[in-house]
Amino acid sequence: MDKFDKLSGIAAPMPLVNIDTDMIIPKQFLKTIKRSGLGVNLFDEMRYDDNGEEIPDFVLNKPQYRDAQILVAGENFGCGSSREHAPWAIKDFGIRCVIAPSFADIFYSNCFKNGILPIHLPQEQVDILMKDAEKGANARLEVDLDAQTVSTSDGEVFNFEVDSFKKHCLMNGLDDIALTLEKAASIDTFESKASQARPWV
Amino acid sequence: MSPKTLYDKIWDAHVAHEADDGTCLLYIDRHLVHEVTSPQAFEGLRMTGRTVRQPLQTIAVPDHNVPTTEGREDPKNMTEDSAIQVAALDKNAKDFGINYYPVSDVRQGIVHIVGPEQGWTLPGMTVVCGDSHTATHGAFGALAHGIGTSEVEHVLATQTLIQKKSKNMKVEITGKLNPGVTAKDITLSVIGATGTAGGTGYVIEYCGEAIRELSMEGRMTVCNMAIEGGARAGIIAPDEKTFDYCKGRPHAPKGAQWEAALDWWKTLYSDHDAAWDKVITIKGEDIAPVVTWGTSPEDVLPITAEVPAPESFKGGKVGAAKRSIEYMGLTAGQKLSDIEIDTVFIGSCTNGRIEDLRAAAAILKGKKKKDGLRAMVVPGSGLVRAQAEEEGLAQIFIDAGFEWRLAGCSMCLAMNPDQLSPGERCAATSNRNFEGRQGRGGRTHLMSPQMAAAAAITGKLTDVREMM
Repeated sequence: MDKFDKLSGIAAPMPLVNIDTDMIIPKQFLKTIKRSGLGVNLFDEMRYDDNGEEIPDFVLNKPQYRDAQILVAGENFGCGSSREHAPWAIKDFGIRCVIAPSFADIFYSNCFKNGILPIHLPQEQVDILMKDAEKGANARLEVDLDAQTVSTSDGEVFNFEVDSFKKHCLMNGLDDIALTLEKAASIDTFESKASQARPWV
Repeated sequence: MSPKTLYDKIWDAHVAHEADDGTCLLYIDRHLVHEVTSPQAFEGLRMTGRTVRQPLQTIAVPDHNVPTTEGREDPKNMTEDSAIQVAALDKNAKDFGINYYPVSDVRQGIVHIVGPEQGWTLPGMTVVCGDSHTATHGAFGALAHGIGTSEVEHVLATQTLIQKKSKNMKVEITGKLNPGVTAKDITLSVIGATGTAGGTGYVIEYCGEAIRELSMEGRMTVCNMAIEGGARAGIIAPDEKTFDYCKGRPHAPKGAQWEAALDWWKTLYSDHDAAWDKVITIKGEDIAPVVTWGTSPEDVLPITAEVPAPESFKGGKVGAAKRSIEYMGLTAGQKLSDIEIDTVFIGSCTNGRIEDLRAAAAILKGKKKKDGLRAMVVPGSGLVRAQAEEEGLAQIFIDAGFEWRLAGCSMCLAMNPDQLSPGERCAATSNRNFEGRQGRGGRTHLMSPQMAAAAAITGKLTDVREMM
């Protein structure tokens, strides 16, 4: 997995609540058996018209946001389907960090498995970051995972919370499965006890 | 011993390892797998030379993008990309030796209907699947939730998940339901009350008289949509109805093991003095037959209400409601019962079980769908379909002008050819009304099977109580 340490990038503003994973990557793109190549279809139905032409008003089609690496959005980002194609599409587009007042549980967890940092901040602070993002390409946000801070282009700094284990894995690009397999003895022990206690499983 | 909730008890029974910071390895008893969210996970196993730790606790079935029309066993009758995903699941199931119900098997169906039907889902278990509606299995008093594909790979390789414990939330539905009010109305009304993020960070236990009175199938409908309320899982304490449902199922324990299981299952309830982080109480009698008007499952109102004005909301929801009403082609103040529909879809893991089909057929018996309307029934599994045919329900649907389809997820998420066209308006028994969910530009109103049947007859959203 790609490491995440510091990021300085353009932030795209999406001031919409309940952005669901069907919006992020519609179902017709779930028929892939790969993880890559989904970036071009990120937000497909908001981004392209019925003829496949770009809708100029959509934020990621605007010249100043085409290289955005950060997304600032409304509450409950990533709700709905568990599809990991959503973070795959976000990452493939080039976005490495999503900032919102709150995230849906499964999406939040999926981000960390893919080198994306989801940051939840109070609504008032997201509002400030949204305004900053609206300034376009001249306003770069700075994200520092180690220090757990986000800085606006004006130098205002917000601290964010992140689970220490998730942070450790993201900063070091660790593979969850390899970490868990180091504890295989605990799983063996659990299985042997459980097969006594609950043999029907 | 300190008092525990049902969730606490199941959690504690499945912790295989706990780190100092509270991060746990949670042991997984049942891993359900389908064709859309698993290919990359199996590919990951192959690339790293890993294997499936417990293939016999792993159950796979293709459901999301299989066609629901005859002849689908032949891959030529699937779109190429769907056929590739189904073929990949065929191969992965065979190569890794996991339980499998192929398209040609009568037991094939939606993974969340097949699991309980075959007795894979049992009280006190941990159940996961790369699908958010895994919450369905919570109806058995199992801890069940959706996971992403990286986690699918993690469970395949280790039979565990890296987890931190959620908080406990109690949703109590007191008293009795009025006629015409169903499990679907309960679960939608709860989301309407809490919002789609109201359950974030929690496992919800549904309880109270109205929940206890529900059948197992009704309880599955309630838990199914716990995810739409943002919760990690929904759960209902097992009781005699649960045990009766499980007994004799192909993969339920038998003989002495059944008795041993029963002894443990009977301890699976929240202690009366257990601590809750959040409690919501709704009177059963206050719940009406509801429909959704917008593009979020929280956009729910009684069928007797009107489309709300965006200004009646607060914060970011004002803009969201405006966008929803525009997308849905509605006007604030319009009566919900005046909204005309083009299509009716009865099916999905929310409402594709036999009782759902019985309820819809009871409304449709001897009647016809409105002329020009498209209507389809997609049973949740091959066995549900066979039973409905045996009970004469299929004929009622066919006589009413419905298409009678083969089992699958179908128009719930429109990955197969069952899709809405732009602007097409659908009365659906499924679980999500998101923009484009049932097809680009499609407009979805969620409701119970009874309400969908009533809408098919009149051609508009209809209060089913007027037909009872």
